[in-house]
Amino acid sequence: MAEMSARALARFEAMAAAARRRRRLEAALPWLVILGMFGLWEFVVVAFGIAEFVLPAPHDIVRAIIKWWQPLMQDSLTTLYSTLAGFGLAILGGVLLGIAIGSSAMVYKGLYPVLIAFNSIPKVAVVPILIIWFGIGIWPPIITAFLISFFPIVVNVATGIATVEPELKDVLRALGARPRDIIVKVGLPRAMPFFFASLKIAVTVAFVGAIIAESVAPNAGIGRLMMVASSRFDVPLVFAGLVVTGFMGIVLYWIAEFIERRTTGWATRGQNQNLATGG
Amino acid sequence: MRPFVEIDRVAMRYGGVDGTLALQDCSLCVYEGEFVAVVGPSGCGKSTLMRLVSGLWPATEGNVIVDGREVAGPVNIVGMAFQSPTLLPWRRILENVMLPLEVTPQHRHRLRSERAAYEARARELLRLVGLEGFERKYPYQLSGGMQQRTSLCRALIHEPKLLMLDEPFSALDVFTREELWEVMQDLWLARKPTVILVTHDLREAVFLADRVLVMSARPGRIIAERRVDFPRPRTLETTYSPEFQQLAADLRRYIAAARTGEEVSL
Repeated sequence: MAEMSARALARFEAMAAAARRRRRLEAALPWLVILGMFGLWEFVVVAFGIAEFVLPAPHDIVRAIIKWWQPLMQDSLTTLYSTLAGFGLAILGGVLLGIAIGSSAMVYKGLYPVLIAFNSIPKVAVVPILIIWFGIGIWPPIITAFLISFFPIVVNVATGIATVEPELKDVLRALGARPRDIIVKVGLPRAMPFFFASLKIAVTVAFVGAIIAESVAPNAGIGRLMMVASSRFDVPLVFAGLVVTGFMGIVLYWIAEFIERRTTGWATRGQNQNLATGG
Repeated sequence: MRPFVEIDRVAMRYGGVDGTLALQDCSLCVYEGEFVAVVGPSGCGKSTLMRLVSGLWPATEGNVIVDGREVAGPVNIVGMAFQSPTLLPWRRILENVMLPLEVTPQHRHRLRSERAAYEARARELLRLVGLEGFERKYPYQLSGGMQQRTSLCRALIHEPKLLMLDEPFSALDVFTREELWEVMQDLWLARKPTVILVTHDLREAVFLADRVLVMSARPGRIIAERRVDFPRPRTLETTYSPEFQQLAADLRRYIAAARTGEEVSL
């Protein structure tokens, strides 16, 4: 009997250890993939003798980052600033318009086709107009970041609010709830998972917007830095700009995800937990 | 007893002049404190009836009078529960039960100052349906039956004079359902609100109601009515008695007739 339970205990221990190993591997996996990718890159460039101005090896890029760290830092901060400013405006406008579209069929019918048409316009085509209106400066990247990240937020907030269960609406309306109560008590909290899903998309495309504008109207920022570097055939520096941009994108994505997990855990929690028994 | 809900030759048509006619020439009367069940073939307009009485939709023709007043908008004194529990997944059970207090005009202004009293009321209701100790849980941590109990508490927390139940137990398994019949009976006996229960389960109707109304196929109207006089509190034993079975069988005949559209004599 005692031997049996000892064996069972050992098996349980082994399973727990296997689960721990698996979790450790899962945590390390993204880093291993990144390291592997750069390793392969380095190997290919060195093995085939690819010229630096075609595809610089990772060690050339690292050297460029170290050599130009000051302008890189300054320009990426500028880009970050434009991105976050545009992104912030997009959150503000997107949530307000999303609420309006999600809660009113009239607003939805009237505005949605216009929004879709607007979203289909390539934002790079809008930048010259922004330059005419605002001149070369901080505004074109901010507005481009805003325009490009605005749409996913609107659509997701509107979806969250528009898909409130009709029965729940009936329960509240029969109690004398005003439309505003239903939006505040049910619509908005319900839209939060959709909202955060859209933030993760929006924050990364906001970068794209800001950098596009900086490249078309080179005034400051990573976009300008890369334009200048490529006109001088300093390809490692162009790639350094790309790497820094990718890094900032990941960090912002992480922040959005962290806030999401903290505030809307209810939406993902409980899917793999056991239900309480009885009832 | 005074009539609490009076529906007088009401018609309801959806989607304009040639839309679907859900109700026609539908009349019924529910007395104060009475438990009435409405049964009928599927698609006969039972849920439409509920929405008319609670003032969510206006009737196309006829009058709906609730508590002595003609219904012209949401009536504010109604508690509702549906087939799906429609709890808010981001709120704990206690907070879900208290949701109506935050929106009803009578309670929303007092909620802040008398929070403790209201909370005690919610806890008492949860205890009555057997959910003591689950106040701090989230809906996903509860089984379907427990969620439906929570939904019943939410329908009752503002002490409505009228309770509207739209197939509240039909998504549950048989054992849970029968258990909740008894819970529902206890809740009703404790407070005696006027209840209109829409269901397609005849045993459920006979077990719970003082009176069972049978609706015709669409366009719906009341075609038959049976009193249920079994003493309360009724138990599941009651449902096995020959009288109970006979009553349910009678109702089933009415419904079979209603589906084919022929008239039945009482």
